[in-house]
Amino acid sequence: MTFDPSYKEQALKSVGTRVLRPDGVDKVTGRARYGADFNMPGQLVARVLRSPHAHARIIRLDTSQAEALKGVKAVVTAADLPDLTDGDTALFAILDNSMARSKAKYDGHAVAAVAAINASVARAAMKLIEVEYEVLPHVVDVDAAVAPDAPLLDDTIFTTGVDPAPTKPSNVANRSEFGHGDVDAGFAKSDVIIERTYKTEQTHQGYIEPHACVANCNADGTADLWVCTQGHFVYRQVCADLLGLDVSKLRVTSSEIGGGFGGKTHVWAEPVALALSRKAGRPVKLVMTREEVFRASGPTSATSIDVKLGATMDGTITSALATLRYTSGPYADAWAETGAMTSFACYDLENVKAIGYEVVVNRPKVAAYRAPSAPMAAFAVESAIDELADAIDMNSVELRIKNAAQEGTRSSYGPVYGPIGIGPTLDAAKAHPHMSAPLGKNQGRGMACGFWFNFGGQTCSDLNIGADGTVTIAVGTVDVGGSRASLSLIAAEELGIPYEHVKAIVADTSSLGYNDMTDGSRGTFSSSMATISAARNAIKTLRERAAMMWEIPVEDVNWEEGFAKAAGPKHGNRAPLSIKDIAAEAGNTGGPIAGHSELVADGAGVSFGTHICDVEVDPETGSTRVIRYTVIQDAGKAVHPAYVEGQYQGGAVQGIGWALNEEYVYGEDGRLQNPGFLDYRIPVCSDLPMIDTQILEIPNPNHPYGVRGVGETSIVPPLAAVANAVSDAMNVRMTHIPVSPPRILAALNAQAKE
Amino acid sequence: MVEVTLWAGLRPLAGNQEHVTIEANTIRELLRRLQERYPGLEGPIKKDVAVAINGTIYRDDWSQSIPDGAEVFLMRRLAGG
Repeated sequence: MTFDPSYKEQALKSVGTRVLRPDGVDKVTGRARYGADFNMPGQLVARVLRSPHAHARIIRLDTSQAEALKGVKAVVTAADLPDLTDGDTALFAILDNSMARSKAKYDGHAVAAVAAINASVARAAMKLIEVEYEVLPHVVDVDAAVAPDAPLLDDTIFTTGVDPAPTKPSNVANRSEFGHGDVDAGFAKSDVIIERTYKTEQTHQGYIEPHACVANCNADGTADLWVCTQGHFVYRQVCADLLGLDVSKLRVTSSEIGGGFGGKTHVWAEPVALALSRKAGRPVKLVMTREEVFRASGPTSATSIDVKLGATMDGTITSALATLRYTSGPYADAWAETGAMTSFACYDLENVKAIGYEVVVNRPKVAAYRAPSAPMAAFAVESAIDELADAIDMNSVELRIKNAAQEGTRSSYGPVYGPIGIGPTLDAAKAHPHMSAPLGKNQGRGMACGFWFNFGGQTCSDLNIGADGTVTIAVGTVDVGGSRASLSLIAAEELGIPYEHVKAIVADTSSLGYNDMTDGSRGTFSSSMATISAARNAIKTLRERAAMMWEIPVEDVNWEEGFAKAAGPKHGNRAPLSIKDIAAEAGNTGGPIAGHSELVADGAGVSFGTHICDVEVDPETGSTRVIRYTVIQDAGKAVHPAYVEGQYQGGAVQGIGWALNEEYVYGEDGRLQNPGFLDYRIPVCSDLPMIDTQILEIPNPNHPYGVRGVGETSIVPPLAAVANAVSDAMNVRMTHIPVSPPRILAALNAQAKE
Repeated sequence: MVEVTLWAGLRPLAGNQEHVTIEANTIRELLRRLQERYPGLEGPIKKDVAVAINGTIYRDDWSQSIPDGAEVFLMRRLAGG
């Protein structure tokens, strides 16, 4: 049956209610099984030996003494993970990042791994592995890496996207450009120009659960992987490709997930664990330490961004230009390109250009982090917008409203927008009591807007009706933000049964067709489409079975509010049949009743949010406290409003941490100085006020209930909102994130000297 | 006929054209005919491309029809978090 995803306005009974979450009790009682909670008989313990150098050639690697140690069952190096990538540079980067080949490219880069009978033997074995390095010059700073005399990471990188093509290699992998109009002509028409350079430091997603897996390779070529991931089907494909396994013979089961935020969309240790298990012939458990997570999983980019805005005194932005430099770790990627696409997406601009440069550095390979690349670009642009408002003496909300994108606006990244929600979020911000609340001494207020694309993707679901009429939904999108609750609500809505009669599970890769991972705010958007489709297919079967039970044509059976009802006067007053009634007879009417769905959920629709932030800055210490914070965002339709509010709050909190404290600190030697939560300070509850939220519901035309993804956009505005608030409190423009106490004190001292 | 706008990174693979006019009723037809005309686009189309039709971004769905006069963009397929 063809599935029609278009929005239809309808009264909803289950969707939009705040039901109890199905995973809550297990999580608060410790029964939920995370990645490290899975064990197998005969399981070995793995440890990974990592480079202490930021950049070093591996001259010699001798594992013989380690292999001879009693209790060691396998040692692997790059030789055990041969290159099967067939020229696929992105896949090769994943392979090389999992285990260094000729060079260690950052502090923490894996060079060997051991599987032993216990952790103490594994640690002892690591000390017996001899690695001779030739230490090479390194570079970790984004601006230093693009300097002409910077140490070169990879002499095969020649900047693409420039004409003529360069004749010398560099650390700039690619140039990209977006925009329209004539920015020079636009600046010529302006009365005021704001021009600044901004920097943001590298941050980690900070998920509380480290990467963990158990790998088990069998002699017959089959294998199992139990793992903490945002996408077990994607992990299956990547691991199978890297290890030369048949995809169908590798079964991947996802655990509960203690946070991912993009960092668990990428394999790190999993291919290594599989290689160790294959070599040892036994199950292997590999759990990264917190230090390893910081040093050797995937943080976001550090950035350096130039912004130039021109405007007339009436507040019309006549021209906008940004040049964005993003680090990607030691491998080329497209993070600056994404930043360039998102940078001016909130605005209706006649003349706009954004240029992105991808910069390789001796830092860990960058991974996605919640609306990847957008928060840094928004920080730069929204800071400049704020400064522009000051320069023309215009309220910053009014300036944004005057220039906001709307339906029909040509976006800065290319296409013309359909119906979008930036205007309503700004109108709501303008009307919000927060915006006019009084401020005290050393306090300031900032606001900012943010944009993210949102994705759909390949999705597959099974809906099975039990003999008692209760329902199980098996989905393939990992539940990172409450999708089991929202999908159960949607199944209940479609079938017309209570939420409590539906149980949603995340199926393993052998039990269900392929699913894209839970990224791009797609979990509930995509799997709800598949759930609706599966439920409608099940209803078709339920009607057929009811028709058989009544011995009437199926065309005469309607499905209404959880019951089959015989239509028309010729069928008299037959009592409606419930799901339970029909399920009880399933064995005699055709067997089990189920609905299946496989589809591509596309047309997710772009998303916008507006945040308001109040801070108080202590001028003695430079310490900042967020004292009030409001998130306003369009959800399309909030399936489970409490979860939606949680996503808004969580994004804001992560952004606040990024804005105020979080950063990777490297020493002169290129080693990470703060790979732990004591020295890398993420906000905790006592640091924060209650984050207020306002959900707007502007239906997405490409979803039956109007749902939009909500998971990512909320991290886009906070960097700018917080920095604008701090700048307002201090009357000094802060241009370097995080606005940590040392940077604030330095700014205050510089201001005092002026 | 559909006028397709290519993002800057694709243009060197398509005769340095920013806009390409092509006969296509669906995303599948559009991508196939683009590849036939510009074989260098095969790699990016396989892995890196999303199609925006009148502002709505489609990453996977080949069956999506392209209305007459629609604005069509080839965009980079992005990673999410």
